[in-house]
Amino acid sequence: MPPTTSSSPFRVVRVFRGALLSVLFLFSLSAIARAEIKIGDVFPSLATAGLTGGAVPATEGKILVVDFWASWCAPCKAAFPSLGKIHADYAARGVVLLGVSVDEKPAAYADFVKKMAPPFPTLHDAAQKLVRTVKVPAMPTTYLVGRDGKVRSIHAGFQGDKTDKLLRTELDALLAEKL
Amino acid sequence: MRSRILALLLLAAAAFLAGGCATAGTAGTARVQPWERASLADYTMRSDRDPLFTALAEHTFFSRESASGGRGVGGSGCGCN
Repeated sequence: MPPTTSSSPFRVVRVFRGALLSVLFLFSLSAIARAEIKIGDVFPSLATAGLTGGAVPATEGKILVVDFWASWCAPCKAAFPSLGKIHADYAARGVVLLGVSVDEKPAAYADFVKKMAPPFPTLHDAAQKLVRTVKVPAMPTTYLVGRDGKVRSIHAGFQGDKTDKLLRTELDALLAEKL
Repeated sequence: MRSRILALLLLAAAAFLAGGCATAGTAGTARVQPWERASLADYTMRSDRDPLFTALAEHTFFSRESASGGRGVGGSGCGCN
């Protein structure tokens, strides 16, 4: 009596192939889940990010600088004076600088803002929704977003004057672009 | 019947492996994301938070290794000086 289809080795191969495809599918899903915002990508909407601590500034038609920081991050603190000066120099020219705290504790965010008193708007990503979407590569990370809403440059970390000069150069280049 | 059991076992093993890989890849079981490092950045996580313990550890290191100043990140044997 010939063997039935269910007991043939081909069925095992078929099942194994199915399992292998499932593994590949799950891997591709995990790769998508890990994807981070890169240069050229559209920056996520701030209005729907659930940011607290104040009103989300109007960014329509403006160049946006988003700095992700945390109260426990020393380089983030070191970047504040530099970002404050950039805000003072570029706000009138159509650049919106926004600090986004990723602190899990609201008190840590509030105390830090009170202590540092940054001249630029600083909001709280309390649920870490925006930062999870963006997937910052380091703390702090600063994103330059063009008038078209696309990310033009990403600065991971803060290297003092080097980062300051680079941000200013890039902002000047963005401002020089024709609308 | 035997091959069917084998196939089911293979499927279960593949699903287990896939689940494990997916979890490790997405949920960050192995990697703490930059924005999740508040606890790691806490002062209590510093190995040199206790000056007395640091002094004792350095003395022990010096006694055992016959090396002074070579402990920690700064001032190690980089050959800079």
